[in-house]
Amino acid sequence: MTADAAALRAPGRLVGAHAGTLTQVGYLARRSITRTVRQPLMIVPSLVFPLFLLAVNSSGLEAATVLPGFPTDSYLSFALGLTFMQGALFATMGAGQSIAGDIQHGFFNRLQLTPLRGRALIAGQLAGVMIQGLIQGIAYLIIALAFGAEFEAGPAGVIVLFALSALVGLAFGSIGLAIGLRTGNAEAVQGVFPLLFVLLFLSSGALPRDLITNDWFQTVATLNPVSYLIEGFRSLFITGWDGEALALAIGLSVAILLFGMWAATAALRTQMERT
Amino acid sequence: MSALETRFARGAWAVAWRGLHVMAAKPSLIIPSLVFPLFFFAAFAGGLSAVDQAPNFDYPSYTTFQYVFVLMQSAIFGGVFTGFGIAADFEFGFARRLLIASHNRSAIVAGYAITALVRALLVWTVVTIVAIATGLEVSGNVGDILEILVIAVMLNFAATMFASGMAMRFRTLQAAPLIQLPAFLIIMTAPVYVPRDLIEGWVASVAEVNPFTATLEAGRDLIIGAPAETLLAVGVAAGLIVVMLNWARTGLRRAEAAG
Repeated sequence: MTADAAALRAPGRLVGAHAGTLTQVGYLARRSITRTVRQPLMIVPSLVFPLFLLAVNSSGLEAATVLPGFPTDSYLSFALGLTFMQGALFATMGAGQSIAGDIQHGFFNRLQLTPLRGRALIAGQLAGVMIQGLIQGIAYLIIALAFGAEFEAGPAGVIVLFALSALVGLAFGSIGLAIGLRTGNAEAVQGVFPLLFVLLFLSSGALPRDLITNDWFQTVATLNPVSYLIEGFRSLFITGWDGEALALAIGLSVAILLFGMWAATAALRTQMERT
Repeated sequence: MSALETRFARGAWAVAWRGLHVMAAKPSLIIPSLVFPLFFFAAFAGGLSAVDQAPNFDYPSYTTFQYVFVLMQSAIFGGVFTGFGIAADFEFGFARRLLIASHNRSAIVAGYAITALVRALLVWTVVTIVAIATGLEVSGNVGDILEILVIAVMLNFAATMFASGMAMRFRTLQAAPLIQLPAFLIIMTAPVYVPRDLIEGWVASVAEVNPFTATLEAGRDLIIGAPAETLLAVGVAAGLIVVMLNWARTGLRRAEAAG
């Protein structure tokens, strides 16, 4: 049974006139999660590429740990913030391409014929993104610990790490969803990837901001919100409990999520009018 | 020039001219190959410049260190992006018409190689201007710079042949990740951020045997006027060309057989 068919069976129960928003979210979330889990090719790149970059960077930049003021003697632990962030950016692409694919292949049109609520569609789509974020987070942590990374925040920190991973994934997933709904084209969503890549690399992902000697780069990294998200993840690995870093990461994630939800809702409204 | 050579040259030039015309008519096709090297240069030379303060980092300028990397990387990606164009030409049917119309089908591949070289020269010009504006230090003489250029052109040709071989085997744009991934792997497992003796872990072992390492290190030595293993770099690049030419030739045969 396909994910669509599984979600659409017993249509009266799924999106019937009396189904509540939560029920609708549940069915669409199930479809989104099933689709994510059944298509390993959607998950594999978001697992492999960040881990490859982590492996290369932790070998190539280990020499940076001897710089005066470098916060840890393990570049592997330091670089994990970038890895988690990179995984979240893949979630952007996943969410955007999923909804754009639904529009291109007509599933969205069929949904329009049901009394489905817009917010249920958005929340349901994001469930798959959140699961993907969690799977990635678990894989990154296990592999990093196996290769000798430090995790200073302890067992409770693991919960915070996964929660932050899911939150950042949701935040960027909502942006991807907004782009997918706005363009209705999977290739257009793909075209946004370089921009996200720029945000990732023009950040404090490779060196702490106070060790960046190039003035313009330091300014860009300071203005780039992605720096603070990376620093939030990183603090759990190399510092332990850093309230300021975590508060900034959580606060910015929530702000991005709210913006993304607003943009996705507006794009959904426009898309519904078009169809 | 014999009639055969004249036909080959005409065929190659016709394909190259079309490629250059498409590039000029659709700037969106050249922008990614321009933006990515500039972005890497900004991210590495800008963001990691403090790395040159690490003990035993004895290269005089981190900007220059990364400039050579970006130059060689864009040489390879110039070929990779041309491979995408070939794959698209097959997907949309143009390449099949080319195969039917051409007297000498190797000329088609040669034409694409000319396009890749022009694309790379354009990218190198822009990257070099930006690098000079941001502190590139060149201590090598004109001969050294020409040697760097020769190595980069050879890498560009080898990468184009690799990408052509892949594109002609798969004949669809969906093969783009398969064309890009090996290039990305070979580039990133070389001494990207620091000299080879400062790399730790498995990448150090891979970098030892990575052919890209020899070309990169020769370029980095030449640009500062230091003694360089240019012969090794040219030999490695020539070896890659021989292997990749064969790869492209067999790819062309497969495309012909597929009709």
